[in-house]
Amino acid sequence: MTDSGTEKKRSLSVICSKGSFDMAYPGLILANAARMAGVDARLFFTFWGLDIVNEKKIDHLHLNLVGNPSAPIPAMIAGLPGVEAIATAQMRKEMDRLEIPPIREFVEMLDDAGADLYGCQMALDMFKLTKDDLVPQVKEVLTAMDFMDMSEGAQIIFI
Amino acid sequence: MSLETVQTDAEGYLANRDDWSEELAQEYATQMGIELTDEHWKVINTARAIEAESNSSPGLRKISKRSETPIKAIYQLFPDGPAKLVAKIAGIPKPKSCL
Repeated sequence: MTDSGTEKKRSLSVICSKGSFDMAYPGLILANAARMAGVDARLFFTFWGLDIVNEKKIDHLHLNLVGNPSAPIPAMIAGLPGVEAIATAQMRKEMDRLEIPPIREFVEMLDDAGADLYGCQMALDMFKLTKDDLVPQVKEVLTAMDFMDMSEGAQIIFI
Repeated sequence: MSLETVQTDAEGYLANRDDWSEELAQEYATQMGIELTDEHWKVINTARAIEAESNSSPGLRKISKRSETPIKAIYQLFPDGPAKLVAKIAGIPKPKSCL
């Protein structure tokens, strides 16, 4: 509530900085929940988080098992070639059973729901990418300062 | 039963699903500034049907698929929080799904 007593519209800013399969979903789910509840939502994809909206990578994100104490298999085995791919395939199957959409479809759904998606300029430069390398749902490429400016009054979540 | 006499929970969802009627849905919608068309009714009836079958209030993705109404269209039909609006107008509890 503002001083005038009128209710200010809630808004959510999600910063996605991780590019593993399991870390892609939380940000997408939170932004979607916000939109379903009538809360404005915007997402900023930075560093490894850019993979979530990278046209070449969006369908191939992997679970992170090594260095993950919650991983269901011993670290020594998790590091063997192909193990993460198998675990990711299994998780995909399980998510499919629960009707959780694949990441590409999720990103399309967020766009349809009116969430705004942005790429991080510095991260793009660092990875030698341009906006054309990103999925079309990404509206614009911004600096962190631009994103801060549009997040004024928003709740910010960093993932 | 009208909006003034009907029982709701703290968030404004209908307390007893048996109290629901099309007139009540209409009243709810008017209160939210929505004029109900056939497109709206397709979404509302689908939400009610899924809830009755599964005993769980559905999220938008399920409603969208089953009613063959694209997500984008649902957001246009029920602007400003479609998951909540649909559930309220349909007289079913707050959705239990995050999708």
